[in-house]
Amino acid sequence: MVNQDFPLIFERSKVGRTSYSLPALDVPDMDLETEVEAKFIRKELAALPEVSELEIMRHYTGLSNRNFGVDSGFYPLGSCTMKYNPKINEDVARLEGFSQLHPYQDTRHIQGALEMMYDLQSALKEITGMHEISLQPAAGAHGEWTGLMMIRAFHEANGDYQRTKVIVPDSAHGTNPASATVAGFESVTVKSNEQGLVDLEDLKRVVGDDTAALMLTNPNTLGLFETDIMEIKQIVHDAGGRLYYDGANLNAIMGYTRPGDMGFDVVHLNLHKTFTGPHGGGGPGSGPVGVSKELEPYLPKPVLVKKDDQYEFDYHRPQSIGRVKPYYGNFGIYLRAYTYIRTMGAEGLKKVSEYAVLNANYMMRKLEKEYVLPYPQHCKHEFVLSGKKQKKLGVRTLDIGKRLLDHGYHPPTVYFPLNVEEALMIEPTETEAKETLDGFIDAMLSIAVEAKENPEVVQEAPHTTVVKRMDETTAARKPILRYTK
Amino acid sequence: MEFRYLPMTDTDKQEMLDFIGVDSTEELFSDIPATIRLNKELDLKPPANEAQLKQELTELANKNAHVKKYPSFLGAGVYDHFIPSVVDHVISRSEFYTAYTPYQPEISQGELQAIFEFQTMISELTALPIANSSMYDGGTALAEAVTLSAGVTRKKKILVSKTVHPESREVIATYAKGQHLEIEEIDDKDGMIDLDQLSEKLDDSIASVVVQYPNFFGQIEPLDQIKEQISAHKKTMMIVSSNPLALGYLTPPGEFGADIVVGDTQVFGIPAQFGGPHCGYFATTEKLMRKVPGRLVGQTTDEDGKRGFVLTLQAREQHIRRDKATSNICSNQALNALASSVAMSSIGKQGIREMAMLNMKKARYAKKQFEAIGVAVLNAGTFFNEIVVKLPIPVKVVNEKLFQKGIIGGYDLSKVYSDKEGQMLLAVTELRTKEEIDTLVTEMGAIING
Repeated sequence: MVNQDFPLIFERSKVGRTSYSLPALDVPDMDLETEVEAKFIRKELAALPEVSELEIMRHYTGLSNRNFGVDSGFYPLGSCTMKYNPKINEDVARLEGFSQLHPYQDTRHIQGALEMMYDLQSALKEITGMHEISLQPAAGAHGEWTGLMMIRAFHEANGDYQRTKVIVPDSAHGTNPASATVAGFESVTVKSNEQGLVDLEDLKRVVGDDTAALMLTNPNTLGLFETDIMEIKQIVHDAGGRLYYDGANLNAIMGYTRPGDMGFDVVHLNLHKTFTGPHGGGGPGSGPVGVSKELEPYLPKPVLVKKDDQYEFDYHRPQSIGRVKPYYGNFGIYLRAYTYIRTMGAEGLKKVSEYAVLNANYMMRKLEKEYVLPYPQHCKHEFVLSGKKQKKLGVRTLDIGKRLLDHGYHPPTVYFPLNVEEALMIEPTETEAKETLDGFIDAMLSIAVEAKENPEVVQEAPHTTVVKRMDETTAARKPILRYTK
Repeated sequence: MEFRYLPMTDTDKQEMLDFIGVDSTEELFSDIPATIRLNKELDLKPPANEAQLKQELTELANKNAHVKKYPSFLGAGVYDHFIPSVVDHVISRSEFYTAYTPYQPEISQGELQAIFEFQTMISELTALPIANSSMYDGGTALAEAVTLSAGVTRKKKILVSKTVHPESREVIATYAKGQHLEIEEIDDKDGMIDLDQLSEKLDDSIASVVVQYPNFFGQIEPLDQIKEQISAHKKTMMIVSSNPLALGYLTPPGEFGADIVVGDTQVFGIPAQFGGPHCGYFATTEKLMRKVPGRLVGQTTDEDGKRGFVLTLQAREQHIRRDKATSNICSNQALNALASSVAMSSIGKQGIREMAMLNMKKARYAKKQFEAIGVAVLNAGTFFNEIVVKLPIPVKVVNEKLFQKGIIGGYDLSKVYSDKEGQMLLAVTELRTKEEIDTLVTEMGAIING
């Protein structure tokens, strides 16, 4: 017998139970088996559950109680922007006039949906300072790859086939080098300097006539603004490369500065971060891309355009990289982002960045007493601490994260960025109240004390969760990826 | 407090500034060089209050003709199916939808277990042992399958049937450019893959053959014969894109020896929502387990020996492998996978077969009715829930007139197939009533006969 306190839905199943209520067969019945060849008819039914409707609700309600979302508590995951997901957004996304549209309907019958998309594109253009936007990519990484494919098409159109390298900082998100590889490039790393910023000398060393692009997020993953951005831009552009902006960290700068004004040629945005699309336990996201005028011809097709007050899709894009996703992207997420932008306006979005940055700096200054702060300057929306002082006491950053679970908090991002030892990356977001920040700060400080006085309690954490630390090694060595009776 | 999502008060702000030791928040932004500072307010619509915005967006939604207001016969990859009420109640629980990717298993057992169950259901439907936690959609899942096949076989050429969804083929073409792969298409013959042409083009240089089952025209491709041809070539893989609802009735591709089966679970609990977000699935063999893109949930135990679930085999993924990763997927469609799991649990073992059969029977009824009034229904093979009718006038014209009668007609195949002028692809799901089908047939008859 498996030692468990919560069954799988299959273990609740019992022959003869149902919870379905299908439409009636109102056409004359027929024997399908006389028409369909026997070899195409399934011999054994797929073993889906057989449960009653109440059992389904008990099952999933029980599972939800074993899960933790932003509505459950503080979620300071660095680089993930776990801000509040407004409820009006969910209501708007469920309006039948939006949720029940088929992508192949005549565009004249869905002008309301297209108007929303067009208006969202315009708002994102203004927020990023880019020339044109495509909403099509499904998520951030998908947007990165789309952006790089456009840069590649641009270079190839110029006959620059030798531009095979994409430069990424050592602090970059893992998706950056992976996207570069999938787009057919080779990644080259540029080092950070002592201030945690791109090392200009190293950048000059790695750029050349094989440079396709530099991928950068600004502020970077240490939460620091790349103050030399205009020099960086000059170096890359002089070498003939293009500048790619990873929009994961846009929450820090809205209304203060724009990627377009910094000289970026391509931008992707994570509507599920900055613009409150819920993370959904891992997705769906949405990763629109913005481009400069020069790169506009390469946008994925179709492109949404407005002609004589009518919205329609333009498929005639001879230089387009092509389609990156079926249909028109994750429309349901656009609705949430659009509702949010309309709720906040310019004034609200600027306050978002102002408070995101204020909250992060406040926490950083409170925590630097007990945790090593490798880069002492003001941070933007997030900051990175090092747990190396605690590591000397035998308490790892992982342990600190797990101990936070006992305090009712989701841990920060740990062991990232890779260029900080025992990294703890904290992003509070603007939607958290000061009392929440103070509570988390107290927990972090008390864990620092425990690390000195009673390290076992941290090393053995968590103590209060439904399961303890999991055996991940066995999970990977002898994978069990599905239920078997 | 002017914005309901921003809890900062003047007192909070002052206390925080004092502690940091700065006079204003402006100082915290002093690292942004003056030359790139935005010296104006963003030009956006002014903030709207909740009631006003809801009203405005409801009006905007009402401008759209939607498939719950107009009976729709559009399919072509996106379908209007019955969604049990439980689905939205479950996915509206904010412990699910406001959660991040379950990297902290101790407080994410709910999500992890739900995905483990999703993987099991997909494995059951496809008859393949391994299924991942989801992909963006069926089209990108197919493109990832193609790149995987090229990586594993170290071959660069892929054969794709023209009976595969045209937009999926476009996505494959875009992905192929990134990986320097060569894509060759196989023509369709009577709405199915041309087996003779497949046989001519197949050789040992082919990484994989991509087919769809049921295919874009609704036809059931002969996976047995396709597999037989492929088996003659070393390493060449069979990739099948499959509507998982059809697999409630049809023999699963895994039993025909498919190496990878992908598709979209939109048919289970996910509204059409203008084409996204839907939910891709990806299933494969034990042999390819460590090559699968995206996240996998595995069962394990905790320190006390209690069963639990974790994200596993992460060494495949971008955040570990970085530039050595073979896929860059990070976010997936977890919440939609949950929606599909709930729908599959609700429809259940018996219900899924019944639902698939309802689709088949209603589509056959429509076929019979069209034929009765002299409208040709093309393609003689076995089909699932879609048929192709041949019309003497352009589909666009017919659809316009149908809409005036309050019906959303089918997909105009001439938009992407130059040889299919006047051909309309119609989907008949379990939600279309006899009355709606009869009206469609009558109205189309009237339109054709002027």
